[in-house]
Amino acid sequence: MATPARKSRVFRNLNAKIAAVPMIFCSVVVFLGFSIWTVVYSFTSSKLLPKANFVGFDQYERLWSNSRWLVSIENLMVFGSLSLIFTIVMGFTLAVLMDQKIRFEDTFRTIMLYPFALSFIVTGLVWQWVLNPDFGIQGIVRGWGWESFSFDPLNNPKLVLYGLLIAGLWQGTGFVMALMLAGLRGIDEDIWKATRVDGIPTWKTYIVVIIPMMRPVFITTLVLVAAGIIKLYDLVIAQTSGGPGNASQVPAMYVYSYMFQAQNLGQGFAASTMMLLSVLIVLIPWAYLEFGGKKHG
Amino acid sequence: MADATVNGAVAGSEASPRGAKPARRLSGRNIMIYGTLIVVCLYYLLPLWVMVMTSLKGMPEVRLGNIFAPPVEMTFQPWVKAWAEACTGLNCDGLSRGFWNSVQITVPSVIVSIFVASVNGYALINWRFKGSEVFFTILIFGSFIPYQVMLYPMVVMLREMGLYGSLTGLVVVHTIFGMPILTLLFRNYFASMPEELFKAARVDGAGFWRIYFHIMLPMSLPIFVVALILQVTGIWNDFLFGVVFISKAENYPMTVQLNNIVNSVQGVKEYNVNMAATMLTGLVPLIIYFISGKLFVRGIAAGAVKG
Repeated sequence: MATPARKSRVFRNLNAKIAAVPMIFCSVVVFLGFSIWTVVYSFTSSKLLPKANFVGFDQYERLWSNSRWLVSIENLMVFGSLSLIFTIVMGFTLAVLMDQKIRFEDTFRTIMLYPFALSFIVTGLVWQWVLNPDFGIQGIVRGWGWESFSFDPLNNPKLVLYGLLIAGLWQGTGFVMALMLAGLRGIDEDIWKATRVDGIPTWKTYIVVIIPMMRPVFITTLVLVAAGIIKLYDLVIAQTSGGPGNASQVPAMYVYSYMFQAQNLGQGFAASTMMLLSVLIVLIPWAYLEFGGKKHG
Repeated sequence: MADATVNGAVAGSEASPRGAKPARRLSGRNIMIYGTLIVVCLYYLLPLWVMVMTSLKGMPEVRLGNIFAPPVEMTFQPWVKAWAEACTGLNCDGLSRGFWNSVQITVPSVIVSIFVASVNGYALINWRFKGSEVFFTILIFGSFIPYQVMLYPMVVMLREMGLYGSLTGLVVVHTIFGMPILTLLFRNYFASMPEELFKAARVDGAGFWRIYFHIMLPMSLPIFVVALILQVTGIWNDFLFGVVFISKAENYPMTVQLNNIVNSVQGVKEYNVNMAATMLTGLVPLIIYFISGKLFVRGIAAGAVKG
């Protein structure tokens, strides 16, 4: 804490300390305090109101035997790994294409990035309409005479995640492209000159030289995208509401419905603690790599 | 147009030596590059096109026609209906209600969060005190914590303060959760300003607030614009906090109301009205995006890469 060694120093920079009160409040009370509170109360049998009667790991046992939670986790894993791979591969490929001294770069970038300005609700609702079985893509292809054509991901439990993926990629790839492009532009022109003198083909330069050099950008992108995926909520609510059935449930929806609808707080706390845990699994190795024990870990 | 593009690009890359690759077999390569980019852009533009076209058609035409086709008979009726008549539950005064709620939420949240975070960033750089970096590190790592973990204690806190369910409560929530990214943004910007400036003002006897208002603030207007863009779009697009921290349906922000209108299970689905409503909700961030151009990119990149 900010308690200085000598008393006179408490009042030095007093204004600055007062100005920092909101930050101290946010970091200590909200981010640390609230999280710890939730973790602690996830070991209680709280129902309608938080009560401190501890029941050990009961809530977690119930959580991991709840089929809805298991489906949520599986969905998150599938959706998460696919969208990580696709956003990063597509984002990097697009950034490379954009970095070829092309004309109309600003126009292309504006088009690719505008979905990122839109909310997940808007994204989900638009794609719900485009993928509508009667009027959307499927309806049109059938209208062309291909009667047996079937493309109805949002009403098919096996395909619903791909329907979400199409919308998620539409919203987020432009952002990854912008990050990757900034990374590519940060690479020294002399590197390119050197590889050209050595006669290394462009594609090989990208794989052997550029990608390893852009490691920090890749890692940052990975962490940002992964942290975003774990929070995934609005998109699913708007596009599928978790359906058909429970086929597109995600952990954030589970937390919300147990915490604010089913009045089973303990379950909600346990589920949100699992979300916190998954973020830590992503974050701690990254913090360790990035700050190497300097600040953290 | 495609030909002109390709030729122009060839001429461009010959003129400057800063090409990624020596100019050989350029036309084939460029066709591939532009071809790919144009196909990708079609994917990006398709939903916007469909959304606008659907919203300008009458319902009979939507049922018969192709969602990609432009309207035969253009009508603005769906927009009028979405804005003024669409129903959520018992209220039938359209999305305009949500729009004004969102304005009432966004304006104070943006002002308060930017003010608090900029003062914070300034204190972190120029008025370091023991432990300030520790708090900052917690703040940055805290920004990765899923909101779900902090939602319930936040509800309890707001209820204790008598703010739960009110627009003021939501302003507090947006200010708190906007802190990490904004503080980072301002801290990094202030760190890049020459320290002599601050020292000179100190020697002249200016205090904490005087330096902030007379030197730091006027000199860092660009970063305030970046923060403004980031916050307006972020808060306007919020859904989760609106659902959790607003208890009365008539106070819901626009995104929540939109979702309730479109995904309501009652009544006949009016796709054209739904798309007009979706477009209306997306319009504010889209206008900001198209006006701000590169600053928007700078905002998200500044927040992300340096983080």
